[in-house]
Amino acid sequence: MLSFISQRVVKGVIVLLAIVVLNFFLIRLAPGDPAVVMAGEAGASDQVFVKQLREKFGLDKPLPEQLFIYVKGVVTLDLGFSFRQQAPVAKLIGERLPATLLLTLTAFAISLMLGVLFGTFAARFAGTFLDTAITVFALIFYAMPIFWVALMGILLFSVTMDWLPSFGYETVGANLTGLAHAVDVAKHLIMPAMTLGLFFMATYTRMTRASMLEVKRLDFVKTARAKGLSDAVIQRRHVLRNALLPVVTLAGVHSGTLIGGAVITETVFAWPGIGRLMYDALLQRDYNLLLGVFVICSAMVLIFNLITDLVYRLVDPRIEFAS
Amino acid sequence: MPKRVLLGLLLACGLAAPVLAQEPKTGGVINAVIQPEPPGLMLAMVQNGPTQMVSGNIFEGLLRYSPKLEPQPELAESWSVSEDAKTYTFKLRKGVTWHDGKPFTAADVLFSIEMLKQTHARARTNLAQVDKVEAPDDYTVVFTLKQPFGPFLGIFEVGSMPMVPKHLYEGTDWKTNPYNNAPVGTGPFMFKEWQKGSFIRLAKNPNYYEKGKPYLDEIYWQIIPDAAARSVAYETGKVDVLPGGSVENFDVPRLTKLKDTCVTGAGWEFFSPLAWLWLNNRQGPLADKRVRQAVMYAIDRDFAKDVIWNGLGKVATGPSASTIKYYTDDVKKYPYDPAKAKALLKEAGYKGEKIRLLPLAYGETWQRWGEAVKQNLMDVGINIETIATDVAGGNQKIGDWDYDIAFTYLYQYGDPALGVGRNYISSNIAKGQVFNNVEGYSNPEIDKLFADGAVATPDSKRKEIYEKAQKILVEDVPVAWMLELQFPTITRCKVKNLITTGIGVNDGFKDAWLDK
Repeated sequence: MLSFISQRVVKGVIVLLAIVVLNFFLIRLAPGDPAVVMAGEAGASDQVFVKQLREKFGLDKPLPEQLFIYVKGVVTLDLGFSFRQQAPVAKLIGERLPATLLLTLTAFAISLMLGVLFGTFAARFAGTFLDTAITVFALIFYAMPIFWVALMGILLFSVTMDWLPSFGYETVGANLTGLAHAVDVAKHLIMPAMTLGLFFMATYTRMTRASMLEVKRLDFVKTARAKGLSDAVIQRRHVLRNALLPVVTLAGVHSGTLIGGAVITETVFAWPGIGRLMYDALLQRDYNLLLGVFVICSAMVLIFNLITDLVYRLVDPRIEFAS
Repeated sequence: MPKRVLLGLLLACGLAAPVLAQEPKTGGVINAVIQPEPPGLMLAMVQNGPTQMVSGNIFEGLLRYSPKLEPQPELAESWSVSEDAKTYTFKLRKGVTWHDGKPFTAADVLFSIEMLKQTHARARTNLAQVDKVEAPDDYTVVFTLKQPFGPFLGIFEVGSMPMVPKHLYEGTDWKTNPYNNAPVGTGPFMFKEWQKGSFIRLAKNPNYYEKGKPYLDEIYWQIIPDAAARSVAYETGKVDVLPGGSVENFDVPRLTKLKDTCVTGAGWEFFSPLAWLWLNNRQGPLADKRVRQAVMYAIDRDFAKDVIWNGLGKVATGPSASTIKYYTDDVKKYPYDPAKAKALLKEAGYKGEKIRLLPLAYGETWQRWGEAVKQNLMDVGINIETIATDVAGGNQKIGDWDYDIAFTYLYQYGDPALGVGRNYISSNIAKGQVFNNVEGYSNPEIDKLFADGAVATPDSKRKEIYEKAQKILVEDVPVAWMLELQFPTITRCKVKNLITTGIGVNDGFKDAWLDK
């Protein structure tokens, strides 16, 4: 297993470097120049100023040299300097990453738990009213855009009922500590996490339901029934476990992309995560910062893929690690 | 008590009450919205709008300006101008300290000017006429100009020329100086905390030189990236101040109807944002003056003001906003007249060639304005194609002159020499950059008028020159002027004296207080 992991890590690093190089060129293909953006914001754009900014950004150097400097930095774990924000990229990402992880992991846990639970019920009671209700419920959240669910949530739970805060990570100026602070953050977390989680929940519900219905028809389930096992045991130990593999695959893919999906949620709820950092960096053509966020997101996808492969083995002992 | 005395007392109380009610109260916290999150707070290094809004509380300039743009003392308590209008002497306030306790002196002014010449594009342009700056003593600064420069007294507000602490910046690498992230100024509020993506906290400067000020204990600048969420934050009572431009225009009428809500369009007199359409004078149908004039007649600017901007602002008459010096409305008029537009297009021989329109990617309001203008232009037979882009992409297209019509708005900074001429003089045609003369208009007469206007004395001479320039430009229509914008500042009515100068919210909250 160790050799499997080490092999995957080496491959992962190579993939990551390829992503870095690709992104480096991709970003520069987009129209817009960071020096002109900054000069424009300063309300003045004389040639000297734009030239000065280009030199400061290192944008006056030939492209291969810029790439070499950047890749050299990434290899030595230096993600560069955001001249726009006047701070090292790693520091900027470090400040925002915990909030994003809290949001996405909570959303992920909610979506997976509720999704598998609802999917199981729907499959167990296939064709009944409960099945239809769950399917429709899931479909609604799958079909509605995240920003719309977010705005409706704010209207209902913040403006009308005044139950939950509409924005932010914590109550600003309250200076809470310990448990009170944790409760405060949790209150702020509910709406963004549910908004993001419900979308993915819908996918898991449908996937679990479909997969379970398929497994149910297989011969080993008939055998289990013939053995006289109770329905609950059959559902839990035989059907669900076998039906989970596609769900795990999907979850593995989602876990990496959740960070990207968090951009909208973070924007609507003013959640101070890296999704928004990425969005702002994109608008302002803050190349180093944008590349830095991409590197972190790519690394996350690779890590979660590795975890997914390990979880396969737990779910299905028949799967072996090929080294 | 005789009735008359009672009546007198009641009257006296009644008259006195408003006066008493206006007595500032000390204490309290204001939550304001800042949008977008500033990239940094070191005003000498970063000059975008949000930075100015937050840092106008931390830093100060030598002067501030009244709504009529008259200079008022700030770090300079008095000033005098020599008879030849080439020497300006500023007397600095004594007893002013930086937030770290060190005294503010003329040495800081000299250092700031040297630094700003390298880091602040607008300050460098403004200081181009300065021959030398000297400090004969700790509290006197003397500027000697190469030649008289009319708008010189107008370049000293905090955003245009912030004072920087010499003892913290001299001999350091400015761009990585740690004080960029924890700025130290002389202003009424001190920087305390910045939770990136959440809020910026400023606290009262207890040693502020104006005794009793500031009145507020703290200001929280809340960072809320979504416009709808900012409206909700105000509605649910989480923020008290929505500075101009914080919410979409279509939310403004709803928010201003809320209980205890006050709204003002004041505080933009110094900046005087003027919106217009860049018209590419170089190529295609728009190279013909008659087509450009047709564009002016074709657009219903009153509709834009009344519907898209909720009645705020004013229809522009030409290159100068009515709030800045030497404005005249004695120019050719372009009322909404589609028939005249059609006639001009016919006369110019316009055959329906495609014209590309770049709206401004600053949110819904600008998007809608783009749609309205497109409709107007298509109504008179102009074949418009809208090009969708983000701000950076749009800037590149405009800078590369790869457009036909493009929305913009620019500040005018109180004087035509500072904020008007730059868009029309031919020496400002430079490919690859925006906000200069990107329309490619070139007229030697206009070049000469703006060159003369900046250095002419006395004032009456400048007036004459700029009035002439306005007349010529309005006839030539190098760009299509739309509106003098007013961004409404929405506050709870308990927030008093928030806007006291022509610089508005960008001038800091030193006069503001809460009527609790």
